[in-house]
Amino acid sequence: MSTDLVIKVGGAAGQGLQTIGVALAKTFKKSGFNVFATQFYLSRVRGGHNTFQVRVSDEPIRAMPEKVDILIALDEESIEEQIEEMTDGVIIFDNEVIKVNDVKEPFFHVPMLKIAKDVCGNKIYSNSVASGAALGLMCFEFDYLAKVLTEAFKKKGDEIVDNNIKAARAGYDYAKKNFPSDCKFSVSEPSDKDGRMLIAGNDAVGLGALAAGVQFLAAYPMTPSTGVMTYVAANADDFNVVVEQAEDEIAALNMVLGASFAGARAMTTTSGGGFCLMSEALGLSGITETPAVIFLSQRPGPATGLPTMTEQGDLQFVLTAAQGEFPRCVLAPGTPDDCFYMTAEAFNIADKYQIPVFIMSDQYLADSLFTCQRFDPSKVKVERYLMSDEELADTDEYKRYEITPTGVSPRAIPGQAGKVVVADSDEHNEYGHIDQTIENRILMNEKRMKKLDLLREDMEPPHQYGPKDARITLVGWGSTYGPLMEVVNILISEGHSVNHLHFTHVFPLPLEATKNILGNSETIVCVENNATGQFAKLLEYETDLHVSENVLRSDGKPYSPESIIRSMREKGLI
Amino acid sequence: MVSVEDYGEFETEWCPGCGNFMILKAVKRALAELGKSPDEVLLTSGIGQSSKLPHYLKCNVFNGLHGRSLPPAIGAKVANHELTVLAVTGDGDCYGEGGNHFLHNVRRNPNITLIVHDNQIYGLTKGQASPTSELGMKTKVQTHGVFNTPLNPLSLAISLDCSFVSRGFAGDVAHLTELIKKAIQHKGFSLVDVLQPCISFNKLNTFSWYSERVYKMEEGDHSPDDRIKAFERSMEWGERIPLGVFYVNEKPTFEDHLDVLKSGTLVGNKSDPQKVDELLDRFI
Repeated sequence: MSTDLVIKVGGAAGQGLQTIGVALAKTFKKSGFNVFATQFYLSRVRGGHNTFQVRVSDEPIRAMPEKVDILIALDEESIEEQIEEMTDGVIIFDNEVIKVNDVKEPFFHVPMLKIAKDVCGNKIYSNSVASGAALGLMCFEFDYLAKVLTEAFKKKGDEIVDNNIKAARAGYDYAKKNFPSDCKFSVSEPSDKDGRMLIAGNDAVGLGALAAGVQFLAAYPMTPSTGVMTYVAANADDFNVVVEQAEDEIAALNMVLGASFAGARAMTTTSGGGFCLMSEALGLSGITETPAVIFLSQRPGPATGLPTMTEQGDLQFVLTAAQGEFPRCVLAPGTPDDCFYMTAEAFNIADKYQIPVFIMSDQYLADSLFTCQRFDPSKVKVERYLMSDEELADTDEYKRYEITPTGVSPRAIPGQAGKVVVADSDEHNEYGHIDQTIENRILMNEKRMKKLDLLREDMEPPHQYGPKDARITLVGWGSTYGPLMEVVNILISEGHSVNHLHFTHVFPLPLEATKNILGNSETIVCVENNATGQFAKLLEYETDLHVSENVLRSDGKPYSPESIIRSMREKGLI
Repeated sequence: MVSVEDYGEFETEWCPGCGNFMILKAVKRALAELGKSPDEVLLTSGIGQSSKLPHYLKCNVFNGLHGRSLPPAIGAKVANHELTVLAVTGDGDCYGEGGNHFLHNVRRNPNITLIVHDNQIYGLTKGQASPTSELGMKTKVQTHGVFNTPLNPLSLAISLDCSFVSRGFAGDVAHLTELIKKAIQHKGFSLVDVLQPCISFNKLNTFSWYSERVYKMEEGDHSPDDRIKAFERSMEWGERIPLGVFYVNEKPTFEDHLDVLKSGTLVGNKSDPQKVDELLDRFI
């Protein structure tokens, strides 16, 4: 890797660190580099200590290493937190804002407020000075930042655009002129191959839902899922979608089921705590065989837990939530591409099998920014699996729960072709009316559970990366995709025999493919962002495979490649 | 022409003599007299003896969870606003378990009709207090008598500016039929609280107890567009219990605010998912 730099912006909520971070991320992306950005924030609107980290590389990257090359410190806490780990980096700060007694390496004072006031007559432009200064240290082509700032501020008028560019340029020049070692962080010539996207997981899920033709979204706001709700709401008018903020999560999923029953493509968005309230309605989806898509962005629990941090702690809950037994499907995207295409897929699966389908994300995937190829909406197929009016008109009396060989009953919607549709949360007969006889129960329960076998055949096999016959297979699901890919690259370069098997189709597991791939593995190591190895349990339960070791983390933070490798060393795996 | 017969006859699980039979009769009559055919009608319900009602007439049915008759009703109404949607529920289901949905759907004001079988007791679980049970009523659980202040559904609805608030009595099917017709015809959220004797468990509020007390508010005697008077009237309870339409406030419905419904139903309205391509430019 010729270029691999990490720029971290630290400050209090409300100081604009996200503006700086996003501007830098977009600038690097525009110039052709790969970018990965993560956010760490606290559950408050103002104050507290937050960070925004941008990694820039000419290799594909989807993980954040532990090093920091350039720290833009907007508060003292940023320095206190990072100073120990600054080996070869530099800390950009403004001595007018943060008092540092002995300004020598790694400190680099940039009078951000003064420059902003001198150049634009207003200190609010100091964030653009900071962005410019960081690029100055890298001797990065300034024009890219000018373009990004133009796009970001054009709605606010030419004066604001000009002032931001002037401030950034002044910061850029100041850094280039005054930093003691010239272009210390200079990067290789950018390739200028753009057309790619810079996108967060949540936005990709929102786009996937719109591409799938979502018509109704009911939800209650909850970090870190809210971004999907707001993304769909922002575009609802253009896509004929109704977005309703429900009075609680109980109402949200029940509203979704009502809309879905009436024929609309419907989804809800939530996090673990909200999903707790939805679990009763999950069972309602199960027994009434009403399609529903549930986007669940995980955060550390139990209860309120750590609202703005990350964890993969809800898998076992999702697998068993609600009383009784019924088929469900769990998808866990690992990249923004997955978020887009698999959200669309979730709607088709829900409609095909008339079941609830989960898209399980987490704060790390939801809030991080990734560079990726432009999504291709023409690859998204909308498949509703509904009866046509003609088919329905031919039936004598419509049976919503008709017994069929596959367990999937032909689905009509209320008011269609003069027929009536009856759905019931009680055990019911083929017509949908209450029937508590044992014979009927056996028929209906078998009918519902049978759908799971067919669904399993549709589950995509896990994605294998690295040498097929490696000694160690690192198994992950969902958002650990990026860090584990990088771990494999690092370990292979160190001469270890290791590969990565990544699951996006988590339940029901694609059994044959899983057994075929993992059957010959000498050492299976499950790596998960939770305390108990929830996917490992599922894997062992569903297959006869033995997981040799779990590498786990549940401190609220995502995996860095280094932290996984450290754990592997501690466990004597390498 | 639609007739009551079009709504069919079904065997029920209700106790002989239960007020539910009268309410079912009134619902069927009201729908038939309004010329609604079964396929145009959706009944949602929660759990309880009242909530079995949708199974006993031919129409679209979504019999959901305890306390949750309203949320699926709203979802379905938004998906297909051409459906005539009635949520059928009981006092425990609607005012207890589903109290939050009641409050917020009054605020939301969807064009649906809420029929509450209010027998002031829990029937299906065999005789515990409900939110509307009388003070002092002893049950196997409320062994010292009810001491929680009874919830007054009409006053509560009027305080929230509910757009149609009414009370009927299961013992007067003709009057109840007219009320339900008015409620369905009203554009907005319409509440029909129906006093209903529970012959098995409520030995206090019996058929004769209600019959001796209820009276119909006549035109001229009460004007439903006066919110304060409606509120006062809603508090009349005891020796005399008024029936009829307490309060009406015509205002835009939830669906009226949704521009997307102006060109047709949501389910009939196909958007073009390929339009997503235009949105992608914003991420470049």
